[in-house]
Amino acid sequence: MSTPTVKGILQSIAAGETTARDWVEQSLRAIREVDGRLKAFLLVDEEQALAAADRIDRAKMYQNAPLRGVPYAAKDNIVTRGVRTTAASRILENYIPPYNATVIDKLQQAAAVMVGKTNMDEFAMGSSTETSAFQKTANPYGEDRVPGGSSGGSAAAVAAGLVPFALGSDTGGSIRQPAAFTGCFGLKPTYGRVSRYGLIAFASSLDQIGPFTRTAEDAALVLNAICGHDPLDSTSSREPVPNFADGIDRGVKGVRVGIVRHLPEEGLEPGVKAAVNRAIQQLEAEGAEVVEIELPHMEYAVATYYLIAPAEASSNLARYDGVRYGRRAEASSLLEMYERSRSEGFGMEVKRRIIIGTYALSSGYYDAYYKRAQQMRTLIRQDYERAFEACDVIAMPTAPTTAFKLGEKLDNPLQMYLNDIYTIPANLAGLPGASVPCGFVDGLPVGLQLIGRPFDEATLLRVAHAYEQVRDFAWPKPVLGVAE
Amino acid sequence: MNYETIIGLEVHVELKTDTKIFCGCRNDSKSEPNTNVCPICLGHPGTLPVLNERALEFAVKAALALNCKINQKSKFDRKNYFYPDLPKGYQISQYDKPIGEHGYIEIEVNGETKRIGITRLHLEEDAGKSMHAPDGSHTLVDYNRTGVPLIEIVSEPDIRSPEEARLYLEALKSIMEYCDVSDCKMEEGSLRCDANISLRPVGASEFGNKVELKNMNSFRFVQRALEYEVERQRERYESGEPVVQETRRFDEATQTTVSMRTKEEAHDYRYFPEPDLVDLDIDDAWLERIRASLPELPSAKRRRYVDELGLPPYDAGVLTSDPKMAAYYEAVVAAGADAKQASNWVMSDVSGALNAEGKSFAECPIRPEHLAGLIGEIASGKISSKQAREVFKLMWETGKSAAEIIKEKGFEQISDPAQLQPIIDEVVANNPKSVADYKGGKERALAALVGQVMKATRGKANPTLVNEMLIEKINSL
Repeated sequence: MSTPTVKGILQSIAAGETTARDWVEQSLRAIREVDGRLKAFLLVDEEQALAAADRIDRAKMYQNAPLRGVPYAAKDNIVTRGVRTTAASRILENYIPPYNATVIDKLQQAAAVMVGKTNMDEFAMGSSTETSAFQKTANPYGEDRVPGGSSGGSAAAVAAGLVPFALGSDTGGSIRQPAAFTGCFGLKPTYGRVSRYGLIAFASSLDQIGPFTRTAEDAALVLNAICGHDPLDSTSSREPVPNFADGIDRGVKGVRVGIVRHLPEEGLEPGVKAAVNRAIQQLEAEGAEVVEIELPHMEYAVATYYLIAPAEASSNLARYDGVRYGRRAEASSLLEMYERSRSEGFGMEVKRRIIIGTYALSSGYYDAYYKRAQQMRTLIRQDYERAFEACDVIAMPTAPTTAFKLGEKLDNPLQMYLNDIYTIPANLAGLPGASVPCGFVDGLPVGLQLIGRPFDEATLLRVAHAYEQVRDFAWPKPVLGVAE
Repeated sequence: MNYETIIGLEVHVELKTDTKIFCGCRNDSKSEPNTNVCPICLGHPGTLPVLNERALEFAVKAALALNCKINQKSKFDRKNYFYPDLPKGYQISQYDKPIGEHGYIEIEVNGETKRIGITRLHLEEDAGKSMHAPDGSHTLVDYNRTGVPLIEIVSEPDIRSPEEARLYLEALKSIMEYCDVSDCKMEEGSLRCDANISLRPVGASEFGNKVELKNMNSFRFVQRALEYEVERQRERYESGEPVVQETRRFDEATQTTVSMRTKEEAHDYRYFPEPDLVDLDIDDAWLERIRASLPELPSAKRRRYVDELGLPPYDAGVLTSDPKMAAYYEAVVAAGADAKQASNWVMSDVSGALNAEGKSFAECPIRPEHLAGLIGEIASGKISSKQAREVFKLMWETGKSAAEIIKEKGFEQISDPAQLQPIIDEVVANNPKSVADYKGGKERALAALVGQVMKATRGKANPTLVNEMLIEKINSL
């Protein structure tokens, strides 16, 4: 039983060859073996996971459940009833949620088994998982490298073969960039496709939950289980939900793949560029039609994002005041309690963004910053609408670089922010985006990013799947992990 | 110098929906503290608001009743500030696209109708209640009220006196009650009022510095606080001191206003559109349905009572001030009672009896058709008005109709001259002194004779008829 896929596990259990318990035990064993050095997990609940696996093995009602017996991990900003959820922040260090996120409930109904909660940048603010208040996660392909972020723990757990899938969240690239850095498949669905209820908010108009998997097909299976309208999330969509695995193998003949003319290439590593171009050529060889498109406002995306996201965050994080839950500092007045609880509870990057966001929303600055950022957001969205008249998916690098060294960019936030240049626009436009492993440079994975029309994850997955069938680069074994 | 008073009011009205505005908790802030709460209204990480459509419906209904233009494209915004009773650190409110704008309320001032403009009406969530320990050692917070739907109604600075302010509030309360969207109990906090007040020399076009008044817990206190403030500001102007722009609190004990904070300490609420809710798009059909569901409002009702029922404006005003009273009154008239007689009974006897027992018109033990029956019995002369009071009392106690009680208790009035004649004859024969006095010009002597007849008939004789017959008898002597 090595480097199982979701699909493989489902087939094996359905055939009666293995049980849910077998897979959960295997996952827990791998975690015990590797995670001491990888540090992908903030919490592993062996007892509860094994009990759930046994329940699933016993009860008839789970026999046809779509993810029966598949172990998974969830990013620690997705709340789990009775299971500590911290968003990797001191301020929620001992927070036990009283309810489940909708995606957790849905996965429970699908009979998947959660084995633990994964590390992340504090409140999902970061691109390297280094802003976690608790630990630094390594990249399975280089112990001195970051796994990307903010969902670095989930990406590393899947890449190292500890779990067949994991949930992450993507506000400006937090699923796709770590997927690229660790050689996983990562999918950020269309904004509204998956309920945000129970996702600890960073930037409400950008956040979206999605899966890390080994293949596009596995991502389709997970997306099937977690998507759909949720009456508890007003921004979740009523758009019809197809079976995303159906027709995933129809190939790319006639599919128009857009490549961006004048793509901003400052900081783009030549090896990354070459790997991405080769992947696009392979798609073309499979019958895809490559067309050039324009995204004229792309260069403003990072600036736009770093006004809107912190603005929303400054408000979303106001609830961490020490009054009802979470960290409360001893103090002799209300103001002092607020100041000390928040000063001690939040890390540097979170504070930086709260301050930027508060400033951007302040009276007298709102029009110059927040309002103009919203106007730019509209222009970026319109860029994509026009582009999708000429193509069906857009292809570009997921990140300009491969995984950088731990500590390399931590002291240079601006450089860290620029690593998100290719992923941020899809969040601003609410579009689905995926990262597919498309090669290695100096032993580190490279990701091909695919961006689709709103609610057209199906085409995205189909193109990714087609590419997976023909990619032919040598895939090294991770230095940390059990994956093969 | 003469000064003109400029007042604008901001009123918060709690909507009486079954559940809170953004979660499924019961809308009942009077339960045991922190029993009507859930992760959503406690602002737990990851929770999201979902708009209660009923709250929107109530707000639109109220806005229509206040003659507002409805913004069919509306949205919610976040108002950011820190306070322990505000779980999320922001209040979901409305900033630049309120549900309603440009409305008005009509009030009667010195017999004339005056229009007070309404700037805006918006929908928002209420905060919890902080209870501070008297020694300042700690504060307890009750979150039952957190997320109760509120509408904020902001008036134009059209109000020119503390009395007008009270009249405006009374009219507003009455309209809200007619729409059945709120209890409007100021003492329980389901209606709250802040006031802005400034003075300026008569004829001036610019406003003076305004003062915001808070903590006024009854209509009377609103008027009292404003009266105090008019005097305070006038004195300052007259002694050459400027009025400071500030927020002041009404102090019930001293019946004065006390400074709370000056404008420099004012909050920057950093409003921005609420990303967790979708923009509102109120469609025409839905809006028309709400419009059609509006009841006849007090001002229209008042006009109809005067024009069609011929009631004096005073009666019309009193009867329409409370929708339950008006409904009761209309049921009495619908059952055939004379409009003015019905008005008298409803305004005095019924209203007085209900007040004595602390009941509302909805709980009146006398059914409207029974009151109409009683009024009919008096009109037909079957019983006297004196008997009617006793019948009324029994109707109140038993819930029976007037006819039943008259029959059971033998209340029937004797209006048959043939039955009365022997008694008249006897009383005249037995009271020669009174007869002589009356003949001698003492009008009052007749009353004594009437009394004798009533006594002899145990009060059942028709007094008008007895009067007539006595005079006829005496004159014939």
